[in-house]
Amino acid sequence: MSMNLLEIENLKTYFFTEAGVVKALDGVTFNVEKGCTIGLVGESGSGKSVTAQSVLRIVPRPGRIVGGKILFNGEDILAKKESEMRSYRGKKISLIFQDPTSSLNPVFTIGNQLSDIVMQHNRVKKDEAAEAVVKALKLVKLPDPEEALTRYPHQFSGGMKQRICIARALLLNPDLLFADEPTTNLDVTIQAQIIALLVDLQKNIGLTLVMITHDMGIVTQMCKCVVVLYAGKVMEIGSIEKIFEMPHPYTEALLKAVPRLDQTRKLISIPGNIPNLIEPPSGCRFHPRCQYAVERCKEEVPPLQDVGGGHMISCHRWRELNGG
Amino acid sequence: METLLQVKDLVKYYPVYSRGIVTKKVVGNVHAVDHITFEVKKGETVGLVGESGCGKTTTGKLILNLEKATSGSVLFDGFDVFKTFRKGSKEEKSRLRRSMQMVFQNPYASLDPRMTVFDIISEPFKIHRHLPKEEWGEQVYKLLDMVGLEPYHAERYPHEFSGGQRQRICIARAIAVNPKFIVADEPVSSLDVSIRAQILNLMLDLQKRLGISYLYISHDLSSVRQISHRVIVMYLGEIVESAPTEKHFEHPLHPYTRALISAVPIPDPAKKMDIILLPGEVPSPINPPSGCRFHPRCQYATPKCSSEKPALIEIDRDHFVSCHYAFNFL
Repeated sequence: MSMNLLEIENLKTYFFTEAGVVKALDGVTFNVEKGCTIGLVGESGSGKSVTAQSVLRIVPRPGRIVGGKILFNGEDILAKKESEMRSYRGKKISLIFQDPTSSLNPVFTIGNQLSDIVMQHNRVKKDEAAEAVVKALKLVKLPDPEEALTRYPHQFSGGMKQRICIARALLLNPDLLFADEPTTNLDVTIQAQIIALLVDLQKNIGLTLVMITHDMGIVTQMCKCVVVLYAGKVMEIGSIEKIFEMPHPYTEALLKAVPRLDQTRKLISIPGNIPNLIEPPSGCRFHPRCQYAVERCKEEVPPLQDVGGGHMISCHRWRELNGG
Repeated sequence: METLLQVKDLVKYYPVYSRGIVTKKVVGNVHAVDHITFEVKKGETVGLVGESGCGKTTTGKLILNLEKATSGSVLFDGFDVFKTFRKGSKEEKSRLRRSMQMVFQNPYASLDPRMTVFDIISEPFKIHRHLPKEEWGEQVYKLLDMVGLEPYHAERYPHEFSGGQRQRICIARAIAVNPKFIVADEPVSSLDVSIRAQILNLMLDLQKRLGISYLYISHDLSSVRQISHRVIVMYLGEIVESAPTEKHFEHPLHPYTRALISAVPIPDPAKKMDIILLPGEVPSPINPPSGCRFHPRCQYATPKCSSEKPALIEIDRDHFVSCHYAFNFL
């Protein structure tokens, strides 16, 4: 029985805006096993990025974590002081952002901004820090890492910049890495390179990876286990096989609506739009767009239940729809 | 099927200048589109695929004369597009403009935030004056219905709509002048996954009802397969392969196309990917590689590939490939 590196329980992160309280995460619960790659899937506004921000406690204002528990290696992250938290960020838990261009500082060289991180956390001399940076750049297979130290972000292409961002995230040997849509801004062939790199790294250095994405294809090819989010709630947790075999109505609808490269078929679109999170739908949040919705779905919030083999579903009608 | 659009030897170079205010000299050219030739038939959708910087958007804009071409010609329904826009009468220009429209990538940027939906959709009537004013209202409501919006939406402003609904407004605006041909430049790439299918289905539905031809520009191969009858792959400003959709995805011949198709993750655990990883990145279009432009990244490249440019030849029925060794993959 392997251990859970991260346990999130009933996490609630709200944004207190002028228009009202946006319930970005409203009771999110899932675990991440050590050394595993899990996929965090959802559309925009489902709360995937806010989950990563909450775990790192970097939720931007006016957002605030208002409830729940986050256990990392058994320790409660939400109870830590800010100064303790600083030694977690980057060192124990790290993050890769979606847009490599805007997450690197354009006025400092790569060597400068990356060795800064090492010097800040490890209290080492500049040349020692530079060595660590070169090592990390080699790990992500950046060509000519020594040369790269003296260059600025704009001198690299998008794919290379993303490699540098991955190197930066790995500089302090974190245990847990969140990758927030790391390939969305890249071309398909470069995306394939980056995915291959992440899979390699995960295997070789025993990283625990949380892959945040909206692309079911990437999840299928990279992860064993998937958490499906919709409008700030967990709809489904399970292994890839289980999710494709007996999906939650939302996951099912999503899979039918996504075009696939290996077949031509009629796309069945999901009606309606993503709900407003200031006044989310009552009961099950997916009910206004769900083809199976009944009265009960409008009134009662379905609990997240284990339906066998670690497959968790939040749906009133799932059992009935899947034959008892 | 009848041919609607013929693109012949189309070229677009963007000059690159040396630094300096007084002595500005052209020091090179960005080869954005380099001698491409293709056709679009009536009622057909042609998918134009490629990675960023390969010239697919430029091609779309050149066809509509939104960018001036360096050389080459575009024939639309028998009219020479460039000549008409250069020398034609106002009436001729307006007629041609009415028959070719465009839908842009970002529906957040392509709608005027200070106009109501009614104003936006009726603006083409104001410009082209092909419809008496009394009929505008009726026509706008008809268009709203066609793209799946409600009549009361007409009085609202763009910011009140979601991305998918905005793209519907853009499509309504484009079909307001009864075009025969629409250039759709990545119409779904800025939308959420669950909304994309709605827009793709709407485009297919409109094609069935109105017989519109599309040039569907995208980097997302999965959606291209859904909507296109024919697929053209571009690399660094050139066409490398052109084939009917089924053939294109089942039997791709060009090494670049094969790598591109293999790199798309498929959402099905039963299908494990067999990725052909391409080394390196797309070279600069300012100094494109000699011979076959793909040769520095191609695993099958021989000395012949770096010295001799392969021609785009019909290797199988209706299947065009520009590769010296395409026969080996047949």
